[in-house]
Amino acid sequence: MTTPQQETVPFGAAAASGARRPTWPQTRHWVLAAALAVAIAAPFFFHGFVIFQLTEVMIYGLAILGLNLLTGFNGQFSVGHGAFYGLGAYVTAIMMQRWGIAYYWTLPAAGGVCFVVGVLVGLPALRLQGLYLALVTFAAAVALPQLLKFHGFEGWTGGVQGIVVDQPDVPGFLPISADQWLYFFTLGVMLLMFAGASNLIRSRTGRAIMAIRDHPIAAAAMGINAPVYKTLTFGVSALYTGVAGALGALAVQFVAPDSFTLFLSISFLVGLIIGGMGSLPGCLFGGLFVLYVPNIAESVSRGLAGAVYGVIMLLVIFAMPSGAAGFVRHAAGYLSRWRNPPPEPAGQNLAAPQNAYIGQQQAAGFAVRQPPGIVEEQALRITAQEALTTAKQERSRKPK
Amino acid sequence: MMLTVDGVNAYYGEQQALFGISFGIDEGGVRTLLGANGAGKTTVLRALCGMVRTSGEIRFDGKAIAGWATENVARLGVAHVPDGRGTFVRLTVEENLQLGAMTRRDRAAIAADIERIYGHFPRLKERRRQQAGTLSGGEQQMLAVGRALMLRPRLLLLDEPSFGLAPLIVEELFQILRQINRDTGVAMLIVEQNAALALELAEHAYLLETGRIVMDGAAAEIGADEGVRRAYLGY
Amino acid sequence: MQLLLQQIMAGLANGAIYAGMALAVVMIFLAIDHLNFAQGEMATFSTFVAWQLLAWGFPYWIAFVLVVMLSFVGGIAIERILFKPLHKASILSQLVAFIALFSILNSGDGYIWDYTIKTFPTPFGTRPLFGSVLIDTHEAGMIGVTLVVLLLIYGFFRGTRLGLAMRAAAQNPESARLVGIRVGWMTALGWGLAAAIGAVGGMLIAPVVFLEPNMMFGVLLYGFAGAVLGGLTSPGGAVIGGFAVGIIENLAGTFVPYIGRDLKLTIALIVIVAVLMVRPAGIFGRMTVSRV
Repeated sequence: MTTPQQETVPFGAAAASGARRPTWPQTRHWVLAAALAVAIAAPFFFHGFVIFQLTEVMIYGLAILGLNLLTGFNGQFSVGHGAFYGLGAYVTAIMMQRWGIAYYWTLPAAGGVCFVVGVLVGLPALRLQGLYLALVTFAAAVALPQLLKFHGFEGWTGGVQGIVVDQPDVPGFLPISADQWLYFFTLGVMLLMFAGASNLIRSRTGRAIMAIRDHPIAAAAMGINAPVYKTLTFGVSALYTGVAGALGALAVQFVAPDSFTLFLSISFLVGLIIGGMGSLPGCLFGGLFVLYVPNIAESVSRGLAGAVYGVIMLLVIFAMPSGAAGFVRHAAGYLSRWRNPPPEPAGQNLAAPQNAYIGQQQAAGFAVRQPPGIVEEQALRITAQEALTTAKQERSRKPK
Repeated sequence: MMLTVDGVNAYYGEQQALFGISFGIDEGGVRTLLGANGAGKTTVLRALCGMVRTSGEIRFDGKAIAGWATENVARLGVAHVPDGRGTFVRLTVEENLQLGAMTRRDRAAIAADIERIYGHFPRLKERRRQQAGTLSGGEQQMLAVGRALMLRPRLLLLDEPSFGLAPLIVEELFQILRQINRDTGVAMLIVEQNAALALELAEHAYLLETGRIVMDGAAAEIGADEGVRRAYLGY
Repeated sequence: MQLLLQQIMAGLANGAIYAGMALAVVMIFLAIDHLNFAQGEMATFSTFVAWQLLAWGFPYWIAFVLVVMLSFVGGIAIERILFKPLHKASILSQLVAFIALFSILNSGDGYIWDYTIKTFPTPFGTRPLFGSVLIDTHEAGMIGVTLVVLLLIYGFFRGTRLGLAMRAAAQNPESARLVGIRVGWMTALGWGLAAAIGAVGGMLIAPVVFLEPNMMFGVLLYGFAGAVLGGLTSPGGAVIGGFAVGIIENLAGTFVPYIGRDLKLTIALIVIVAVLMVRPAGIFGRMTVSRV
């Protein structure tokens, strides 16, 4: 799903050529359209339980996207996103079951609450790096189930037994089942939020966020207000995972403290890494992995389910150390290089210009291939010319 | 020749950085590799130490070492002072020096060598128990050179020793290098952007441009060359 | 006052466990420059092996020494087989390997030795120490062994060439190679040592918390917390941190009204986070000062 570099136009030529010709949709757009078509058709081909699982894949993908924004794009390590997921789920459960609020309003509420909590967690996180930050998020992950079980809050949280959530009703005029409706609802929310994330990443804010990840000092030196961006990213990341949690509550129709343990947080992290950090489609692959592979492991061997899961994880990470997204990128790179082999480096095509200077050098006994300085300018001009020609050739060679 | 390099190409992934490099250094010789940014000078040193993928032949004392692991090349007596100095910032100055001698077993001689290094660089002695990361740039450079010398190397590779240092400190450093070469006979290959200083120290010089050696001759003559003067010496 | 003292002593006793774990955590951090999340599981596995040897009739100290040696070898093997292929990958990919290792060991323990709780003997007995009600001989033994191991580690890392080489290899592998250090083997050695220390810790903890596959989970949590509190670069700090966590946990359980008992862990973690706000590298940790 990578695009070859034809879009870059060399300096000078841009002004000369005026407006760009409209480009044909790229491979990437075709793949996305196909995926969307499949996604919309799917619930009509499968029965209830599989639809539920597909819904869960999207939900986990969204949760992992939240983590991706924080860890993949901003470099802040979190082992505690299960807590935000659980928080979002409980907000939905409490609003629906205790206050009778309609399910669609609970999503923004869950997002809002998690955003605020995320910012609050992000503030102390500013002072901490790496493993020390991990401990703080780890504390959040471990604290949440304990807080949820705490008998002082039982009136709200339902204590150890949790809360049962009603399944959202299908809007009257649509001839589909409740499961299918939830699937499409989730699909809609997911697409919206992925689009939002994609825009964020491509914007100036997104670049600032990534700059902070790559080189915080340089970013600060360029005037990026790191603490503000970092805290906000924490909030947005929590928001995404919180909304996923809310959807999760609707899908499972049940929330309980033991559903949101450290194991969930670690699953999200594993899903993120295996999907590929900093990749949006990777999040869905990660969601798929953490949903299905534990089940596969259990069907292989009940007693050794954990061990099988671990072995599969190892095999996958050995085969794809940069995650699925990294693997696809490398594969696409090989493919494109195999189809369009890169031209010879321009330097070797230089005709050695004859001039008296070279003669002088050779007479003095030096082994000269290319004298420095004087001819450099000429060489540069020839190189630039070559590059321009090559770029034009590449563009005309591009498959329509 | 102690070190011979013949037709070496070096690659960073798919990108080729060196094209057919050939040169040599004899025992006790001081040679310098000049060139602008991105010419590939650091890559040459990395190729010698097995830190990049290479093809072609590299021989040290007649042994073919192309493709050897870095630590094994070091054990042959090749000490590399990398660009960025490569100091162990969390360890003390003294620990850094001790690490230089990690492959040696002669305790008493190691201790004597440390004192000798302090002799060359008294500022290091003052800071011997300080965390190396707290030293200034010049001091870290001296520490890096000192650590390399602790190996009792036959060949010392220096990557841009003058980088980021005040001119006075650089002169001091180069004087010390000259003295060390005279006293111990260790051969040196110095990669430098500061052509004037390097040409003063070395006997033989190479000029590198976009991965190829384009000039090869005695330091004095390269220094006198008009093109080099204009492009690299500034006059 | 008597209650306070009692709780502090009880906390110290627990703290000895956490301190031992924290020490192993810091030890491996010094050796490989990141945390070993499967540390607890490796220790549990080693303890199970010890239990098995005892069940087969081996005398205690022979089983002890054997298990320590086997764990050492096992640690090296795990590094060479599991982590060497990934050493060029990002640190998060390596994290997945840790999690996988955790999963495999935990599940394997349960499969081989099942989940029933087993007792594990202590070489120190459980008589009250010098007739005091505050601490018994086993707890004293734990504290003693932890301190001895700490001294040995400190001496090793600060006083020997090999220890220096290991620290260097962990902190700056490229520079370490340039001085001739075989970095791969240093890492493997670090794992071996950490596994051995973990085994010692496991065999000392099992008599108190009883042997079962999830034995180490809570302990590792507290050990990790103690190591971070003390400072990840300081073995002494880790031990102090571990003891501190034990005391805090106990005091929180006893003295914080109404919520103390249920939220012991949460409170302990809050305290630690608060400390980290003031000293971001832990109490005794050193912030790395490096030039830009």
